[in-house]
Amino acid sequence: MTTTYIITDNVPAQQKTLGRVIIFIATILLVALFLIQILHKTNTITLGFENWRPTLYAYLLWSIALCWGILLIKGDRGQRALFVLPAFLFTIAMVIFPLIFSVYISLHDWNLSAFEGQKFNGLDNFRALLVDEYYWNSMLNMVYYLVAILFEYAIAFGLALLLNSQIVARKFFRVVFLMPLMLSPVAVSWMLGKSLMEYRFGPAANLARHLGWESPAFFSSPEIARFSIMVLDAWTFIPFMMIMLLAGLQALPREVLEASKVDGASGWQSFKEIVFPLMLPVSVTAVVIRIIFKLKLADVIINVTSGGPGGATDSVTSFIFREYRDRSNVGYGTMMAVVYLIIIIILMTLMLKLIDRWMQKVT
Amino acid sequence: MDAKSYMNQSSPGVNLVIYRILIYGALLFWAFLCLFPIYWTITTSFKTAVSVTQGHLIPWFDFTPKWIGFRSLGLSPETIFQISTVREEFLKRFFNSVITSVSASVLAVMLGSLAAYGLSRFQYKLGFVKNSDISFFFLSQMILPPVVLALPFLVLYRELALLDSTIGLIMLYALMVLPIVIWIMRDQFSTIPIELEEAGLVDGLNVWGVFMRIVLPISFPGMVAAFILCLVLSWNEYFFAALLTSADAKTLPVMVASQTGSQGINWWSMAALSTAAIAPLAIIGVFLESYIVKGLSTGAVK
Repeated sequence: MTTTYIITDNVPAQQKTLGRVIIFIATILLVALFLIQILHKTNTITLGFENWRPTLYAYLLWSIALCWGILLIKGDRGQRALFVLPAFLFTIAMVIFPLIFSVYISLHDWNLSAFEGQKFNGLDNFRALLVDEYYWNSMLNMVYYLVAILFEYAIAFGLALLLNSQIVARKFFRVVFLMPLMLSPVAVSWMLGKSLMEYRFGPAANLARHLGWESPAFFSSPEIARFSIMVLDAWTFIPFMMIMLLAGLQALPREVLEASKVDGASGWQSFKEIVFPLMLPVSVTAVVIRIIFKLKLADVIINVTSGGPGGATDSVTSFIFREYRDRSNVGYGTMMAVVYLIIIIILMTLMLKLIDRWMQKVT
Repeated sequence: MDAKSYMNQSSPGVNLVIYRILIYGALLFWAFLCLFPIYWTITTSFKTAVSVTQGHLIPWFDFTPKWIGFRSLGLSPETIFQISTVREEFLKRFFNSVITSVSASVLAVMLGSLAAYGLSRFQYKLGFVKNSDISFFFLSQMILPPVVLALPFLVLYRELALLDSTIGLIMLYALMVLPIVIWIMRDQFSTIPIELEEAGLVDGLNVWGVFMRIVLPISFPGMVAAFILCLVLSWNEYFFAALLTSADAKTLPVMVASQTGSQGINWWSMAALSTAAIAPLAIIGVFLESYIVKGLSTGAVK
């Protein structure tokens, strides 16, 4: 959606020149400082700063100069560019540069606790990764965790339907149902994982004993531990999908639902034939966003099981976290992360393409 | 669906009652699942070791509440006016969290709203890059798992002397929530009728004047929604904080996590700490729930 504002391009030539000069000077300054710092760090020259912080300030200065210069050169057009430019420069600095840097790190044998510093070792990290059982095991765990989203989705849909039906105190229930989402995963790992589900005194364990499970150890056998982590994560994130689905339900056209009631369709039928198909686009959005969040899953695992028993609950993120924390192995850890990112990008692109095609066929 | 099978046999009245019971039963059951852990945590902070091991649940009925958990944090009525190193440590982490999450959210909402407005109103063209590409560039950041950035940032921040600094954390959190802000705000701006802005332009304002005077006041609720969502995400963030901070800039989740390991049966102090860590957002959740719902509903309905 765009408007056709009248663009008056009446910037004086003098002002344009000034703008160009400002950008030019700032660029020279940034490049010069960068080069000096590189030379200083490689011990070619003594001139330079102790750390890279001044280069950061130079980038900041350059960004301001760039915005100002564009404003001077382009006039009205510049004013518009200024809306997007700050966020753009920020993201470039914070993502693109570190990403390139991460590829550089991943090709090195780099241990932060070792004295000898980094050493280029080409694809050695990658070769090590290919045969790293624990890495692929954590990848497999991610598949299990992703499958759990289907169940979360079913529960979230059920809750959304409940909240959307004719009930009193709807606002109360909505606030209560949303509550788990507000709690920090770290606190949740203690509240649920380490005390409620604690083997000796936890109420959940006591309840399980009452129900006939003799030794309710939620985190000692691989399958049950994985399931418990899924439950903890689901508890926090079900409200997230629930709210999206609820918004979708509330936006459904009333007439369609009424019409289906008049036709004598039963509750289940009207859900299957009308509500569910109409909710497909919302469902897809909710599930896709949930997948994105699930791929980052780590906090609960790090704090409750540390990946155990025997790596059965490890997510890729928690595995890399420990690789760094226990071994300071930055090079190998980064290689694992980069490979993870590449896999994610490929799968997400494929998934979105498939969904697109599928949605076109359905609707 | 049991309710349905009754539909054909019994009278509508009975059927309705059973239907209601099922609905409210399900609602109450889930409400219990949501609230019990919170209830458990809060009450446990008042329990002595005996009450914990015996699984006492109801205060005054089967155990006498004591300020035991909050005393260990230096926050109970008797200790609040005394000097307490634990309390100092706790307050430092608490305010670190407040400063980090609020600043990051403000930064992200500012940058994100501007970008979202630009992208929803103007046509940009830079070589082959168009609006949709810029939008994709921003939104695609969402799928970037934190772990990919974590280690490079660790090395970079060390070189930049930003390790264990609040500023460094603020920038990272702002980056993390920026796509969400852009997503929400683009949706918000597209609901504002363009005629309003055209009227402003006719009155002699430039595009920034229009944005500040006309668009900003209208879209303010949307910004609050985005802000609160950012606040929730950055308050609860643990992964980056655990990797990049140690002594000075450590946030509350890191403190909570570092205490969980070796406490044994010292549950009351963990419970008190958890209660204090979740309280701010729980309160926000109760009072500003409609904004959170608004923020999360973005994109669900087109």
